[in-house]
Amino acid sequence: MQPILRGGKLRLMLKNNFIKTLVFSILSLIFVCSTQAQDYVEITPKHDENHKTESGDEKYDPIPAIMSHVADAHDWHFFDYNEHSYSMPLPVILWTEKGLVTFMSSAFHHDNLGHHAVEKNGMRFIKFNDRIYQLKDNAPVEYDIEYVTKPLDLSITKNIFAMLMSVALLFFVFLKTANFYKKNGAVAPKGIASFMEALIVFVRDDIARVNIGEKKYMKFMPYLLTIFFFIWFNNMLGLIPWIGGANLTGNIAVTLVLSAFTLVITNINGNKAYWGHIFWMPGAPAPVKILLLPIELVGVLTKPFALMIRLFANITAGHIVVLSLISLIFIFKSIAMSAVAVPFALFISVLELLVAFLQAYVFTLLSALFIGTAVAEHEHH
Amino acid sequence: MNNPLVTPELGLIVWTTLVFCILFFLLAKFAWKPILKAVKDREASIEDALGLAEQTRKEMVALSANNEALLNKAREERDEMLKDARTVKDKMINDAKAIANTEAERIISSAKEAIQNEKLAAITDLKNQVATLSIEIAEKILKQELATAEKQRSLIDSAVGEINLN
Repeated sequence: MQPILRGGKLRLMLKNNFIKTLVFSILSLIFVCSTQAQDYVEITPKHDENHKTESGDEKYDPIPAIMSHVADAHDWHFFDYNEHSYSMPLPVILWTEKGLVTFMSSAFHHDNLGHHAVEKNGMRFIKFNDRIYQLKDNAPVEYDIEYVTKPLDLSITKNIFAMLMSVALLFFVFLKTANFYKKNGAVAPKGIASFMEALIVFVRDDIARVNIGEKKYMKFMPYLLTIFFFIWFNNMLGLIPWIGGANLTGNIAVTLVLSAFTLVITNINGNKAYWGHIFWMPGAPAPVKILLLPIELVGVLTKPFALMIRLFANITAGHIVVLSLISLIFIFKSIAMSAVAVPFALFISVLELLVAFLQAYVFTLLSALFIGTAVAEHEHH
Repeated sequence: MNNPLVTPELGLIVWTTLVFCILFFLLAKFAWKPILKAVKDREASIEDALGLAEQTRKEMVALSANNEALLNKAREERDEMLKDARTVKDKMINDAKAIANTEAERIISSAKEAIQNEKLAAITDLKNQVATLSIEIAEKILKQELATAEKQRSLIDSAVGEINLN
């Protein structure tokens, strides 16, 4: 990919604007973090001149714009207006060799190119391409890549914030649904419960029961339901610009974790027959058994790996396609282009609504299938 | 540098794991368990209700078959009773007719007898009156015939004349 010094243009943040105040007040309720003003050190990464000349000719390059939209970020960017960037700052939480460091991402002043170093606890931090690096003590003003280290970054990033919102929404929806049954008993569902119940029964009957089997499926229902609705809700929220729009389920770290859960659940529930099929394939001649052993062992990992890649690629691809279509307007520098771009983007967005459900379904279905093979009772021939 | 798109960030991995675990346990305890239980309970109750309905339907079929039999029996009984009643009616009518006939005959004969008696009495009475009338007429004629002495004489004379004293 690109060398380290590539990114969007320098963004400035307008202080004392309404959105910031509002968002700050909301955030301060949610997160306990230090929001004191930071001291800045103006520093210049080397090779930055190249970038400046590049951006000087005002040619719109869609790739960094799209990539920055698809990737995670340390603040929730809403829009730029009159050279000012309007965004919601998010807490930065870093674990360094000197302990925990926290500050708000607004301390970077929308710098995403390593110009502003935030000084905290005697350490200097820079943000480059939405990743935070620590400058070594001996870093000169014009530093280079060998002067930066990467601290353990546990910040509440855009994706994590979006995830927390989706979790809040999930709790709201399903506790409300559960509450309906608590209040009314086992009656015909109404309102939100009637919609969610259909999906829950769908997951139960068409995913869990079919793939895991009548005897054991109930044990895995909570996991399958959680993963289905977590993926679906986040897929859907990712399609909403501004308030959603975080590419959470299109982030490889998230899909990695989700598929790792499936991997762990599959293997800790694997019975004798499952492991027997991996290590000593029944019914095959001995040399074939030896041949199949590494293949089956790799298969244990490739199955959840495929889950991870499938979800990540599908959701990211959808975001990239929509952003590319919208980018056409800026590439051609013509508002007339929106007559083409907007209907296409709308079409893709509607398609993405289907993909959002489909990918949640496929992930859950395959998880159920893997669990099903691990717990299946094999008849001995 | 690696492509950031396919490089998992450790922070996001940690947070996702943490958040997903919390989500899983809370939803499992407070949402999935009661929802799945309620759905299952309802399905069980619906199944029970359907079973009950089926059983009731069968009972109804049996009952209606029973009813049919009862109805048929009742119909037969009714027919029987109607037949009996018809016979009884006919018999009663016939009996009544017979009684009425005898009674009528008896009444007619007594009436005839009475009429006969009345007729005889009337005839007797008539005879008496005719006799009385005849006597009165004869008396009047005699009185007329024997009103004068001459007439009496002539009569005696004629009577004497007729006496043939042989």
